[in-house]
Amino acid sequence: MTATQKFDVVVVGSGFGGAITAYHLAAGGASVLVLERGPWLTADDFDHDFKLGSSYTRIFDFTVGDGMSVLAGNCVGGGSVVYFATMPRAPGFVFERHGSIGRRMWPAAIDRTAMDPWYDRVSEALPVTAQDWRDVPYAGGLFAAACAHAGRTANPVPSAIDKPKCTNCNWMMAGCKFDAKRSLLLNYLPAAVANGAEIRPLHEVQRLSRTGDGGYRVHYNLVDDTDYRLSSPGGTIEAKLVVLAAGAGATPVILQRSEAELGPMPHAVGRYFSGNGERLNTAVINDERAREVLGLDRGDGLAYRAHQLGKGPCVASWDKLDPALPEYSRFSLEQLYFPPGLGTILAQAPGASGPTWFGREKKDMLREWQSWLTVFAMTEDDNEGVFGPPPATGNAERIAQQMLGRGALSYQPTENTRRGWALSDADVKEILERDGIARVAPWSNDLVGAYTVHPLSSCRIGDDPQTSALDDRHELRGHPGIFVTDGSAVPGALTVNPALTIAALAERAVPGLVRAAQQRGVKVTYGAPSPSAAPTVAVASRG
Amino acid sequence: MDDDRPVDSVPTQTLEAFADTIIPGAQRFPGDRAISGVTAEDGAVAAGALAVLADPALGLADALNGMAGLLNMHAGDYARKHDVRLDPTVPAFVALSFDERTALVQDLTDPGHPEREVWFGAALFCTMAFDSAPHLSTTDALAQGHPGLSLIGFAAPEPDGLWRFPRFSYERALADPHPDTTSTGSPA
Repeated sequence: MTATQKFDVVVVGSGFGGAITAYHLAAGGASVLVLERGPWLTADDFDHDFKLGSSYTRIFDFTVGDGMSVLAGNCVGGGSVVYFATMPRAPGFVFERHGSIGRRMWPAAIDRTAMDPWYDRVSEALPVTAQDWRDVPYAGGLFAAACAHAGRTANPVPSAIDKPKCTNCNWMMAGCKFDAKRSLLLNYLPAAVANGAEIRPLHEVQRLSRTGDGGYRVHYNLVDDTDYRLSSPGGTIEAKLVVLAAGAGATPVILQRSEAELGPMPHAVGRYFSGNGERLNTAVINDERAREVLGLDRGDGLAYRAHQLGKGPCVASWDKLDPALPEYSRFSLEQLYFPPGLGTILAQAPGASGPTWFGREKKDMLREWQSWLTVFAMTEDDNEGVFGPPPATGNAERIAQQMLGRGALSYQPTENTRRGWALSDADVKEILERDGIARVAPWSNDLVGAYTVHPLSSCRIGDDPQTSALDDRHELRGHPGIFVTDGSAVPGALTVNPALTIAALAERAVPGLVRAAQQRGVKVTYGAPSPSAAPTVAVASRG
Repeated sequence: MDDDRPVDSVPTQTLEAFADTIIPGAQRFPGDRAISGVTAEDGAVAAGALAVLADPALGLADALNGMAGLLNMHAGDYARKHDVRLDPTVPAFVALSFDERTALVQDLTDPGHPEREVWFGAALFCTMAFDSAPHLSTTDALAQGHPGLSLIGFAAPEPDGLWRFPRFSYERALADPHPDTTSTGSPA
């Protein structure tokens, strides 16, 4: 038996919440270990391939729950490796939301003005840049033109994409082969490693317990490189400070499983989960009408028929992000691409007389796949998700060797949430069915419940101990030395893509983490430069 | 029935009929019973649905025979309930017409059905077989003229097996931006 390893800080998860905190703590002088349950892949390993066992299934998880399915990253770099790199800031009214508790959800210390410097910091590091219309693929252009035709506005959305390197291949969910997507593999993680942090992939943290000296013992399993259903006993690591950043679908599960040894968890651990109010509609565009009504022409005889190409969501309509509108009626709409497979089964054939998601009429709809335009709504939900008892290991009972599992999340949408979805569905229809441009139907919620690619809030910050698991410095109430910095810390739905907000909150949490580490005798300082100042060399693949 | 053709096992015929209900296709030979033949082009069966369902990487392989049995039991119940006379020479689900199979699959995947997750899972894998061919490398599938990828019009990669779309944009402003857009390009 080997001696127990000790680090100043163990970071659980290597997405935005883990990579950013790991970099700053390592750069400040702490010894840092990052434990990541997924594999460590880089550009050379990313495949343009739907084949089972390619990067598409290795780095991406689809966890089915009761009423809510969650899509999330499962690799070093976490969500940043599989995301679409769309990086808007959350609108100001979001921070004033009351949500299900009838009073302000966010800590008093945080509003948009307080967040802007942290948004700036992340935007410099990745970097995030504005897009102009020449960067916008046909799908985004078509959506913008339809918005304009309906008397609406539409914006190219800021993104973390190195545009000259981008081929508009739309394989972003399989990892970026061209290193055009500015994932954490290109900035915070190599900078953390350069400053001495160690990253161990395929290490799945199961629970925490206490050491005798006020620190924590982190218990992990080793996950098989190919068949994630197989895991073997790993070991334990001791740390003075633990940063949980396993994602909103996993962080609360680790804490639930730790409760027997750590003692009671705050009520909000595993509650108040938000799916970011997400909702999808698929439109089938009439190419002739797109030409006649919207004046679109690709120059090759087609007006559109370009669903396959692009780089995720590039254009958003923010007309309904109006602070004067009542809560639960505000949302943004974004043009989106979802690959075949998971991206087609839930799309319903508009106006079908028989079944909408399979059968004859669905096949007819698939025939027009290149004319599809997917529109993504991010609304205000009611934080109604609750995690049931944890599975034996990890955050899901894995069904397939990769990608597919059954989790313990239950989500029964309230009237408020349903209203937001209905309003956004109606708005998409109003924009895209005008003058016969398209036929539109929402994705089915009858098969796997609702779905989200942006799980949030299952262990959230706040000022009220009854409704928040973390204080406004992200420390777990009643368990000093445990911090949570991932999407689970965000108090509620953001009405826009949340990655930049999750990252900015992690940057904001770092000074408090450094102080807590110092108080525990760790020699660490705060003030490392942006990782963009360091050479952006990709981290070597390992493990 | 083509006499030279070996008879497929009950589970195979049953699961083919299920896959054909999800994405229907053309019959393979005169008298094909598993495939109803309600459309002219190939469907989920020709796309490889059974190979995907049986792929050990997906978690249903060991359950397939049981699922076929269960499906035939449900088909028998359906026939009794709706007074449908079943041909006893083929599995019960295969004996149903396309529309009857469709109605039964709708029942089995209804939000209130206790087996919904099993049948949705099977339908998901049949759909994936058709529109993403996860049992094949995508480049090979396209080169072989995979029926689903061909039908959806999935564009082929460049010779090195990677996708690039050098022409991708209308390259002009197509809407006015929101008046409250900040200097960073975000909403206010």
